[in-house]
Amino acid sequence: MQLARVIGTVVATVKAPGLQGVKLLVIQPLDRALRPTGSQLVAADAVHMAGPGELVYFVAAREAAQAMPDPFVPVDHAIVGIVDAVSPLEPPARDEP
Amino acid sequence: MKLGRVVGTVVSTINAPAFDGRTLLLCDLLDPSGQPAGGYLIAIDTVGAGAGETVLILDEGNSARQVLDAPGAPIRTLVVGIVDAVTGEESGTLRAVAATAS
Repeated sequence: MQLARVIGTVVATVKAPGLQGVKLLVIQPLDRALRPTGSQLVAADAVHMAGPGELVYFVAAREAAQAMPDPFVPVDHAIVGIVDAVSPLEPPARDEP
Repeated sequence: MKLGRVVGTVVSTINAPAFDGRTLLLCDLLDPSGQPAGGYLIAIDTVGAGAGETVLILDEGNSARQVLDAPGAPIRTLVVGIVDAVTGEESGTLRAVAATAS
């Protein structure tokens, strides 16, 4: 899974069977410093609540379809969560030998 | 599987139901010598890994769902181990990496 920013929506009237009612969003994958990296993608919204501007995480490949109500749909990227926070962790201090 | 280092957590309240109650760790990918290989993954913790630790990352869906006993879940990336040491041609470096992380 990776982080992404939702940057738009896709409206498609003619879709493959199984995609009716599936919300499609344009996402920009981000690196862990939240800088854009790589190509923009169209992802299905499996949480039904993501919208433009939001920071999300998405899953790719076969697992993306598993996130949908019908797992046998032609979906290869799906948003599976909306990010509240990304917390950098500091390693615990340790005594030098 | 891949080597990674835990560098953060991802907090999310609105998510697919399969993610409820699971800890998401942000992991930098490492090459076998322990240097950043470029890129990162968000992985679900199954071993209680903590900050800075070198970990073993499973990035394959069927195995991941089997480990979690969650068939049908949209999950493919797990932290499945905490690495103590990696040995090989550059074992000196690799051991040092693991020691630094703990």
